[in-house]
Amino acid sequence: MNGSEHKIGCAIVGSGNIGTDLLEKLTRSPVLEVRAMVGIDPQSEGLDRARRRGVEASAEGVDWLLGRVGDLGVRVVFEATTARVHTANAPRYREAGVSAIDLTPAAVGPPVVPSVNLAEHLDEWNINMITCGGQATAPIVAAVSRVCAVPYAEIVSTVASRSAGPGTRQNIDEFTRTTARCLERVGGAGQGKAIIVLNPADPAIYMRNTVFCALPDGYDEDAVAASIQAMVVDVSTYVPGYRLKNPPVFDVGPYATPGGPAAGRVVALLEVEGAGDFFPPYAGNLDIMTAAAVRVGEAVARRPLGALA
Amino acid sequence: MTAPAFRLTDSTLRDGSHAVAHQFTVDQVRAVVRSLDAAGVPVIEISHGDGLGGSSFNYGFSRTDERLLLRAAVEERRRAKLAVLLLPGIGVAHDLEDVAEIGVDIARIATHCTEADIAEQHIQMAKRLGLEAVGFLMMAHMLSPKELLGQAELMESYGADCVYVVDSAGAMTIDDARRRVATLKNRLSCQVGLHAHNNLALAVANSLAALEEGADQLDGCTTGLGAGAGNCPTEILVAACERSGISTAIDPFAVLDAAEEVVRPLRPQQGVIDRGGVLLGYAGVYGSFLLHAQRAAERFGVNVKDIILELGRRKVVGGQEDMIIDVAVELSRRAAMAAAGANH
Repeated sequence: MNGSEHKIGCAIVGSGNIGTDLLEKLTRSPVLEVRAMVGIDPQSEGLDRARRRGVEASAEGVDWLLGRVGDLGVRVVFEATTARVHTANAPRYREAGVSAIDLTPAAVGPPVVPSVNLAEHLDEWNINMITCGGQATAPIVAAVSRVCAVPYAEIVSTVASRSAGPGTRQNIDEFTRTTARCLERVGGAGQGKAIIVLNPADPAIYMRNTVFCALPDGYDEDAVAASIQAMVVDVSTYVPGYRLKNPPVFDVGPYATPGGPAAGRVVALLEVEGAGDFFPPYAGNLDIMTAAAVRVGEAVARRPLGALA
Repeated sequence: MTAPAFRLTDSTLRDGSHAVAHQFTVDQVRAVVRSLDAAGVPVIEISHGDGLGGSSFNYGFSRTDERLLLRAAVEERRRAKLAVLLLPGIGVAHDLEDVAEIGVDIARIATHCTEADIAEQHIQMAKRLGLEAVGFLMMAHMLSPKELLGQAELMESYGADCVYVVDSAGAMTIDDARRRVATLKNRLSCQVGLHAHNNLALAVANSLAALEEGADQLDGCTTGLGAGAGNCPTEILVAACERSGISTAIDPFAVLDAAEEVVRPLRPQQGVIDRGGVLLGYAGVYGSFLLHAQRAAERFGVNVKDIILELGRRKVVGGQEDMIIDVAVELSRRAAMAAAGANH
């Protein structure tokens, strides 16, 4: 018996770097099977690679796909195009009865970080994967805010220059704003701030993330540290290269933060090494997006029929 | 008075913000703007040291919201233009709308010297708002003159009116500064500037060399108040220009008074190039890391020299102040392990 008959069909829209890395990761999924990959560039390396793996591939874009979702048995689509394209496609997926995992900044659906709020949003037709910085740092803010109030959280994401594509570069403000909002909405911080730095060092550096959380009077250092450590373990179940570079650092304030006065702060120093699927290992920023998206896609595929609103 | 040979931007109230841990008050800003404006300094830059939106755990929180400082400066200035700094990735283009409304004239958009393309939307926004746009290529010692030119050309193509060679680490020798300015001057149609730091005690010399290569703009900070070992000291640059027969249209005695009476009291020790300051220039490490590195050395009981040299080895760039904590923690863990090993 063919094992794939037990798997749920999915499709990848967008045949660039992100789409191609998704193809590699989904090939290993015990839950999902890629039935189609579509792009708009007939010369695309991603489409070629899909065909070599026996996946139907087309350069005729989403129109081609939407005519075939029934035949191909596609129930989940991963969108790795642009915010504008996804905003246009989103209602069409809904009409076709296909769930969408959105890796663009379109933010049509709620922002989801698998280790934090996936269970709350399993009834959604559209889920947004936020930003790489959000995937890497919101879990830590959430880990702290589940033990004590976090009036203000701030993150610094440093990525290798080579791993930042033209989309990120031309819209760097979108990254800082979207990530900052996610620290509040997903992480539970009173106020969030995000900073991104591009580092051109050769050999390329692994993605680094530093999370600062303001802490209130009477915070429990051991509880905060334990919660952070536990969260890192949770995230590393779907992003194996996600780790604390050093134990959390506690500093005594007082600090006058934009979210109000704080008695102290905790600093978490993280590194993300990519799995080396399609991207080199230094591109942990891209790997964490695709790895998190696969985790969400698998959970969406597993939910009982009829669970959707 | 003859027309000035170049335009001087005094960054005491921006780069100098690093040296006072971003604690400037409205009264201090008023006094500095008044005295520099009266001396004939044509441009005064005011922002958090890391630019608009720089107030943070990572770089230090501002004591006073920079928009309040800018409003005070607008009220005090008579002739001087006012500039702000913005680093894409830290501040956002929208911040420029706020400051344009307050009355700022010039937006300086800074990126690491290899990353000019992240400044496109910010330079364009500055131009749309009717501001003068200056591109600021930081840590320019890390790129060859030819590679730097490629990045400068990008900034010019986005609409920059001037592109600066920025020696953020104070690592450039006279020849380094001269060749970079000359290469940009030869090929760009827009203006070219040099922003010098004094780690190797070459800031004034590098600035004069830049003028010989045709630089249109230079930066200084009164008393040198600025990141790391400090900047090119405005009052010394003006005096040296005067002695070299280079017109500045700035009153050398008035700017000397401003330095001595208004800025010097803010940080009396400014101008001493100590071990940490020289090491930054020697290792090519971003100037504003110095005070953070000194604090981390004290906090984690490690040597500031070891922190600076390790940061240099890691090739960190401007904005990565978080790596100072990372390096200090690692050095202290390594020292603890070595001590434990020695006990066995």
